Amino acid sequence: MNILSLFVLIPLLTIAGIVMVKDIRHVKVVSGIGTGIQLIMSAILTFLYIQARQSGDTSEMLFVKDLVWFRSLNIHFAVGVDGVSVAMIALTSIVVFSGVFASWEMDYLTREFFISLILLATGVFGFFISLDLFTMFLFYELAVIPMYLLIGIWGSGPKEYSAMKLTLMLMGASALLLVGILGIYFNSAPEGGNLSFNIIEISRTTIPMKAQYIFFPLTFIGFGVLGALFPFHTWSPDGHSSAPTAVSMLHAGVLMKLGGYGAFRVAIFLMPEAARELSWIFIILTTISVVYGAFGAIVQKDLKYINAYSSVSHCGLVLFAILMMNHTAMNGAVIQMISHGLMTALFFALIGMIYGRTHTRMINEMGGLMKVIPFLSVCYVIAGLASLGLPGLSGFVAEMTIFVGAFQHPDTFQRVATIIAVSSIVITAVYILRVIAILLLGPSEKNSYELFSDARWYERLSTVTLIVFIAFIGLLPFLLTSMTGASLQPFMNKILGMNIF
Amino acid sequence: MTDFNYTLWIFLIPFLVFILLGLAGHRLKARISGLLGTAALGVVTVLSYITAYFYYFRTAGINDVFRKITVFDSTWLHFTDTLEIKMGILLDPISVMMLIVISTVSLMVHIYSLGYMKGEKGFERYYSFLSLFAFSMMGLVVATNIFQMYIFWELVGISSYLLIGFYYQKPEAVRASKKAFIVTRFADLGFLIGILLLSFNTRTFDFSVLTDPQGTAIAHSSGISFLGLSVTTWSMILVYLGGVGKSAMFPFHIWLPDAMEGPTPVSALIHAATMVVAGVYLVARMFPVYFFAAPAALEIVAWIGAFSSLFAAIIACTQTDIKRVLAYSTISQIGYMMLALGVSGYGGHDGLGFMASMFHLFTHAMFKALLFLCAGAIIHAVHSNFMIDMGGLRKYLPLTHLTFLIACLAISGIPPFSGFFSKDEILAAAFHHNKVLFFIEYAVAGITAFYMFRLYFTVFRGEDRHYHTVPHEAPPTMTIPLIILATAAAFSGFIPFSKLVTSDGKAFQTHIEWGIAIPSVLIATTGIGTAYVMYVRNPSLPGRIISIFKHSYKLALNKFYIDEMYLFITKKIIFRYISEPVAWFDRHIVDGTMNALAIVTQVVSFRIREFQSGQLQKYAFFFISGTILLALTLIYLLH
Repeated sequence: MNILSLFVLIPLLTIAGIVMVKDIRHVKVVSGIGTGIQLIMSAILTFLYIQARQSGDTSEMLFVKDLVWFRSLNIHFAVGVDGVSVAMIALTSIVVFSGVFASWEMDYLTREFFISLILLATGVFGFFISLDLFTMFLFYELAVIPMYLLIGIWGSGPKEYSAMKLTLMLMGASALLLVGILGIYFNSAPEGGNLSFNIIEISRTTIPMKAQYIFFPLTFIGFGVLGALFPFHTWSPDGHSSAPTAVSMLHAGVLMKLGGYGAFRVAIFLMPEAARELSWIFIILTTISVVYGAFGAIVQKDLKYINAYSSVSHCGLVLFAILMMNHTAMNGAVIQMISHGLMTALFFALIGMIYGRTHTRMINEMGGLMKVIPFLSVCYVIAGLASLGLPGLSGFVAEMTIFVGAFQHPDTFQRVATIIAVSSIVITAVYILRVIAILLLGPSEKNSYELFSDARWYERLSTVTLIVFIAFIGLLPFLLTSMTGASLQPFMNKILGMNIF
Repeated sequence: MTDFNYTLWIFLIPFLVFILLGLAGHRLKARISGLLGTAALGVVTVLSYITAYFYYFRTAGINDVFRKITVFDSTWLHFTDTLEIKMGILLDPISVMMLIVISTVSLMVHIYSLGYMKGEKGFERYYSFLSLFAFSMMGLVVATNIFQMYIFWELVGISSYLLIGFYYQKPEAVRASKKAFIVTRFADLGFLIGILLLSFNTRTFDFSVLTDPQGTAIAHSSGISFLGLSVTTWSMILVYLGGVGKSAMFPFHIWLPDAMEGPTPVSALIHAATMVVAGVYLVARMFPVYFFAAPAALEIVAWIGAFSSLFAAIIACTQTDIKRVLAYSTISQIGYMMLALGVSGYGGHDGLGFMASMFHLFTHAMFKALLFLCAGAIIHAVHSNFMIDMGGLRKYLPLTHLTFLIACLAISGIPPFSGFFSKDEILAAAFHHNKVLFFIEYAVAGITAFYMFRLYFTVFRGEDRHYHTVPHEAPPTMTIPLIILATAAAFSGFIPFSKLVTSDGKAFQTHIEWGIAIPSVLIATTGIGTAYVMYVRNPSLPGRIISIFKHSYKLALNKFYIDEMYLFITKKIIFRYISEPVAWFDRHIVDGTMNALAIVTQVVSFRIREFQSGQLQKYAFFFISGTILLALTLIYLLH
């Protein structure tokens, strides 16, 4: 049994388990165990991966498995991982695990909720292990559908509107994506031979320039929508604010990373020439995302909106870095994906927990929480500090790698864009500290706060898991960067060796 | 002991204490965590002194040159083949001197806080933050490369944020901490961009390459220019911006007076002796680059220093909160240090300004920490920060009075106290460089003596106020640090700095330039005399003077309205005119377009749905009109 297939199989088994248990209360336990196994599996996978690399395995993808699925179109179930996907899989396991415990108090249609949640996770895992564009696309769609249900049924506020908006925008994006993928497919064998969906095979050829010009923007925007690329980011604030806690966590923490990952694995890797020619447009858009998201976050009053705009800014940085097309910046993009995934999941988990106590998400209706719920408040401060890029936490490592990498770009245009993007660190500090000051510090607002209990065991488990990884990356970044950095070499070889028209 | 490997513990111990107290502090008894923190810092102090002893007197002085010793240097984050962040320890005269300053003041503050913070809620949190600060500050000074320095630079910033906001239920403290962090963050943006520019040009972060006068980094620095200055000059100006922020120089000084909301021992440690001089240290660390490759930037350093010292000294004369007077005085004295660096040359006696700056940094750390700790003892006794609530305290607090007087004399530059020596070297360096700067500093010396003795006379002389309880001397945990620091403030002027801490590591001869020193002492004495006349002999005089210079007094009292300008920029421009429009634009234009698209789709689909109404006559109508239309088109096309 291929270890990667287990990542799809275990969630499916967990779902089967959830369906089978009689007692509703056991649903959570089964989900917890299932995702826990998943987390351990990711650790094993990471370990095996590093071991294989150390023993000198230099093939591009490891643990490769290839099954023909639909012969006439040459569609395969092809899986394989490199350092980047291993890191993304680990991120997903962490966030899903933490998300299950963050939604421990879910009591409405519990069984269905956890089924959808884990189905969503299955889609994400499948996406990250796929090497076949078609399978990848399929898994992506598999993730979007449960998302719709999760927001529409278990959400809050104008949930139907938000769910509809989010799904429609993402569906619109996948329409572009589908065209893009088919375009790549039909141009995957310019010198004749079998057409292919396999990423590795396609990357060995050069897609004709004309086709690249059409299909690069399509795929990039298609994935960019998911990564909250300006001006296609507006599903994010609405979607997040209506989504239940675990879904926000998964969505911002992992699903938005599908965008960054796809943009880099498909759009840029397969069509680097067009990427280089057209990158200036997207650099402008992502630079706007970075600064605009941060400015947008300053005046928001709803905690989830603040975080959604902050995600626009931080995910903008991911796409920004990818477009720089150099090793350091791309590595920074990968770390930023992991880092943002962890800290935004932490933020949304905490927001959910705070909401569970105060029954409001408006910061001006709360205050002085530090005194009544110190554990959660300290976690919030840590998340905030990670977000504003404090050294010792993951955000700093990611941002600095991006900034230094992007600034090595020989063109002045890119360097000026970098300086503009760098300035977001100040704006981030403003909105983070503003929230901390209003929400957590100061005299405690109401007497009813005295009744609040601080974090329960499952809440502690959920938040501490995330914080441990945030601090781990922040303190020992070289462990992660060496793994992901080495895997970016094939990209760099392709980019450096590309034909210049 | 000369391999210096043990120096690793100097910053690992505080880090471990921080983690321990941060995670398990609330389970320990408050007193235990305080003692643990203090004991750990005691060990750090001993290690620092051992390091200094072996560095200055055993190892490094071979051929009378102090070498730079890299104890270790390991990669922390790899960027490119040439650029990587390393974590390491670099020992050279200035970093070793800083170890002494930080550990000494830090230990004093740890001991003092055992008494001062006794019974405060969050005692263990306080000590864990102090340890975090000690760790970060140590990491900053021993940095082997500019990025390591930036990392710890941010960490001292956050320690400062946490400690200013220690009383987190007090809205002023929360506001002050936020302001301090954001203002310095803004300045650090300059620092970061400066690092990026510099590293783009020189392909290295390493101090050993960057600051080597014969090295490639300096040699290749001139070249591309932008707006008349070389890129290196620009990057050094930007790097200096970080220093301006951290050291509270004009125009980023606004956070420091507000930072006085933090506990007083914290003000002594972070906002007087150590963190705020990080900017000076930064310039000193990069000094060869400034001197050889960016002289224009160095000129800016000098002028900002001089202006800040004058500006802050004037404001200090009008403040009524004892801690704020001291805060402005800190800005003013750091201005001196900046100026000294700005007028310095490199190597031998030319590096007088450099030496003087470091000298003043050292003596200032001692007497200013002492002043703050005395202020803490006074506040502890009268339960107020305001000078109006103080008076005649000499008889109640004899020990505090004596140590405060020593510190006042030291800062005013009265021989033989430490400030006299260091200030004299600065004035001498300024005199040989630029007369305007020199005379500004002469004036500042007088103003300094005036406002310090204004403080001294109002607090310790004069009449008693209505004290609720009779003020009493602080417990020994607080007075012992006062005595130790007073000793340092009195005698540290005799340390032969020109033999130990110089720009190029070579010792040189200095002598007191009496031609400069005597007038400066006279000016200081005049300042003291004026204060005496105004606040002891003739207490109605200040009121009359104020009524004459009403407008300028008001201007200085309100700190020249700089805070209001900042408020205007942040509240009005950034919030009102940038962020709110962005948020509005996002909701109504960007999202509006998306929604409009959805609505259009919906409307169109409703229209299209009408075609499928199920009514036969409608279908027949469409069918026939379609046929006719088609027929007409065909006919038209065929002809």
